Amino acid sequence: MTEQLTPVEIGRDRARFDGALKAEGAAPYAYDYPVEDPLYLWTVDSTIAKGRVAAIDASAAEATDGVVLVLTHDNAVRVSGDDLEYAVLQDPAVRFRGQVVAAVVATTPEVARAAAESVVVRYDQEPHSVTVRAEDLYRPEKVNAGFPTDTDTGDLDAAMASAAVTVDEGYVTARTHASPVEPHTTVATWTDADGFLVFESSQSAHGFRRVFSDVFEVPAERVRVIAPFVGGGFGSKGMPHAGAVVAMMAARALPGRPVKYAHTRRQMFRLVGYRPRAEQRVRLAADADGTLLGVGVDVVQESSVVKEYAEQSAMPARTMYAAPHRRTSHRLAALDVPVPSWMRAPGEAPGMFALESAMDELAHECGIDPIELRVLNEPAVDPDTGLPHSSRYLVRCLRAGADLFGWYHRDPRVRSRRQGPWLVGHGVAASTYPAYRQPNNTALVRFADGRYQVEIAAADIGTGAWTALNQIAADALGVPVDEVDLAIGDSALPVASVAGGSSGTASWGTAIVTAARQFREKFGSHPAEDDEVRADVPAPTVAEEFATHAHGAQFAEVHVHEDTGEIRVPRLYGVFDAGQVINPRTARSQLVGGMVMGMSMALHEDSVMDPALGHTANPDLADYHIPVNADVCDLRAEWLGIPDHRLNPMGSKGIGEIGITGTAAAIANAAFHATGVRVRELPITLDKFLG
Amino acid sequence: MRPFAYQRAADAPSAVAAVAADPRAVFLAGGTNLVDHLKLGVAAPSLVVDVSGLAVDEVEELPDGGLRIGAGTRNSDLAAHPLVRERYPLLSEALLSGASGQLRNVATTGGNLLQRTRCGYFRDTTVPCNKREPGSGCPALTGHNRYHAILGASRECVATHPSDMATALVALDATAVVLGVDGSRRVPVGELHRLPGDDPTRDTVLAHGDLITAVELPAPFGGRSRYRKVRDRASFAFALVSLAAAVRVRDGVIDDLRLVLGGVAHTPWRARHAEDALRGAAPTEGALRAAADAELLDAKALTGNAFKVPLARNALLSVLRDLTDIAPELEEDA
Repeated sequence: MTEQLTPVEIGRDRARFDGALKAEGAAPYAYDYPVEDPLYLWTVDSTIAKGRVAAIDASAAEATDGVVLVLTHDNAVRVSGDDLEYAVLQDPAVRFRGQVVAAVVATTPEVARAAAESVVVRYDQEPHSVTVRAEDLYRPEKVNAGFPTDTDTGDLDAAMASAAVTVDEGYVTARTHASPVEPHTTVATWTDADGFLVFESSQSAHGFRRVFSDVFEVPAERVRVIAPFVGGGFGSKGMPHAGAVVAMMAARALPGRPVKYAHTRRQMFRLVGYRPRAEQRVRLAADADGTLLGVGVDVVQESSVVKEYAEQSAMPARTMYAAPHRRTSHRLAALDVPVPSWMRAPGEAPGMFALESAMDELAHECGIDPIELRVLNEPAVDPDTGLPHSSRYLVRCLRAGADLFGWYHRDPRVRSRRQGPWLVGHGVAASTYPAYRQPNNTALVRFADGRYQVEIAAADIGTGAWTALNQIAADALGVPVDEVDLAIGDSALPVASVAGGSSGTASWGTAIVTAARQFREKFGSHPAEDDEVRADVPAPTVAEEFATHAHGAQFAEVHVHEDTGEIRVPRLYGVFDAGQVINPRTARSQLVGGMVMGMSMALHEDSVMDPALGHTANPDLADYHIPVNADVCDLRAEWLGIPDHRLNPMGSKGIGEIGITGTAAAIANAAFHATGVRVRELPITLDKFLG
Repeated sequence: MRPFAYQRAADAPSAVAAVAADPRAVFLAGGTNLVDHLKLGVAAPSLVVDVSGLAVDEVEELPDGGLRIGAGTRNSDLAAHPLVRERYPLLSEALLSGASGQLRNVATTGGNLLQRTRCGYFRDTTVPCNKREPGSGCPALTGHNRYHAILGASRECVATHPSDMATALVALDATAVVLGVDGSRRVPVGELHRLPGDDPTRDTVLAHGDLITAVELPAPFGGRSRYRKVRDRASFAFALVSLAAAVRVRDGVIDDLRLVLGGVAHTPWRARHAEDALRGAAPTEGALRAAADAELLDAKALTGNAFKVPLARNALLSVLRDLTDIAPELEEDA
């Protein structure tokens, strides 16, 4: 049990404290920082997917007025480490289409671009492989977040052979891109005196600093990363990508000159990570009443030759439901494609589409309500670890959501309801995401000018961290929010973990509470000027005793047009167990945003690989669809509001990612209920209903 | 950005003269298409002649009961114009189904007619495209072709024409008034766009330097009409299939009708086979099916757009049933 804060500010609906700054355009994002005498970088990207750069003719670029540097693999600074994603411009090898093969730095962005376009690159092209073939599959050592690749308990094959009811189906999730509104941006300056100063669009100032320090072999204290405002990340800014390294290479070569580089939207489809396409075979074995005997998920996923990335897509199946026979696996194919990486709920988002679709299929096969199927298979302890849950309220979420949605009026028969030409269906799915807290967080509290300065290098990527951390600090110190001055988003501040894994608020908040408590213990309620405490937070131990997860239930009403197959989602409701909610307004925004992104995954997002050219054929937001306002109708997110005292002093669970998990299954399940057509490959587009 | 010269046109004839004199000159009106193409490198003009200040944005009644629409009339203004809404609701519906409010506020009538294809390969200068670089090839034949043509395409090009407005204008039998170096002439909108054949670089029959100055609508067709657009999301998406339909039923028989499909060909596709099959016929389910099948008999699907054939068929049936009352009035949005 963690000593809990008494919520005063925590739980209060607060508009973002930085909202006015953003509305006025006064909040500086990375590209906005005024720097003196800047230079602008434009890259030259490969137009083949595999081979070698045979020759680069940059004579026209070099002769262009205003061009100060052309970087190629011949002259770029050598970088350190074995991460090939950062080994950009180190050799002539081309490992995917769109790889940076040269860069031009000039006095204006227009000149840089025109000069870059004048660079002629000649290639020795080799045949590429951009689609998964069975013979290329291999078993990764581990999967994302350090989870084991495979698990095997009991005898799944035997359970499948003997069970009264089985489901054995394949589910496909599309390649998708985070594409945050603010493009990935680096404004880097090198000076021999101070090293690197980098204004960066980053989810982790310290994490980026560590990478930059390693890659450029510069002591960490000579790298400063500043990112107080970030226009969305969704994981794609959780670690640096190649573009940042290129910009810093240019800065390193041009001491004293700030080099500015923002990715184009098209480059964001190949240089900043994406969710890889995955195929999952799900097997469920059950008694006739729906009691699960076996759960199996086998994941096959694309990865890249540059860097391995394995989403933990089978993880949800390891923890969601009780069953004695369980087997999961992850297999990869290393392709000549851009490097995949984190995108909101890596693993859980695709995994919960497959598992929760299969659960719906099982409910249908058994002829029982899909909510009751889940209730029936609710585990007493975590099936994966055998540990008790710190808290688990999935059933409460399902029941509360059912009431909110009006679930119990549903006629379970498919194609049982219509409105005019629209076939109407209702579907449900569970949501889950781990409740993490990261080690390595330090916060500083200082009293000055009658106010409390609270410092930690946290990141606000649009989530509301500026506001929520201020509220936590106020309660931790027992003062009003306006007596707290928060500083975040700068690696010069005390170390903080990444805004990722839905762990930010729990991790940073715990550090702030720890520092505030130590401050009060040391200095009481009437501190002197400049009294200060810097507190490191011990690594969490709760996961040794408890399984820690957030849960939720999502309900979708789906309409499918009988003639055209057009699919609409007039209602999407979610009820979540997210522990104590810090700020209802920003929390709702996170959950609703996750659900919209889940709807987007369900209905729209589809990065189409052109196998002949070896790249995404729809790399802009005109062709790569996400929902528009007209697609998002009655969308609600509610929560139970039960603090989990075991997790952290706030009793909170992360909310950044759970909203996207289960959404696609709820929509697919509703579409099946509407039409009788089970769509197992995302996105669910109208053609899939046209016989 | 590549440098180019910019001129603000004083009047239409001088604009035409300026563009005609330079093979790499282009007109700029709303810019919603051209500016994208400048940024993408798809268009690389030497001279941009801005005709947006020519104040050709009047919508006037013609003596024969028709309308004359200045080519500079913005999509939003045209869609909201009382005479258009009252007499040509098909046109209003089509306009409002296109793009977004912001784009419609800027896009012009003339420019919209000349909108270029949305084919992703056309818009990506790093890949081959016969429309952009003649003879370079067509990756869409085997690549990403969900949005591509099922009718009237060639081995050279399978792109589709994207304009909703143009599809409605063809159904309304509209005429484009075109100013060229040799003076003014009239081109039926139904004959303005051309199939790709072996020269997909040319979207229309216009010559370089031709400027659309107005669009004229004949007196209203009468009967009932509908613009039905089927797309991948509820708004702000190009048509997978659209249908501009107008039907006059008299004494239980289809007196006359106009059917134009969008999103299926390099032009708005006048469904003449279906029209011919139904003109003079009683609107029965069987007659509608036969007409739709007749129209799609020659449809050729690509690797990724076979669904467009049943989709076009179903769109035709759905709208025609509705307009001829052979099925109960269906509620469009529940």
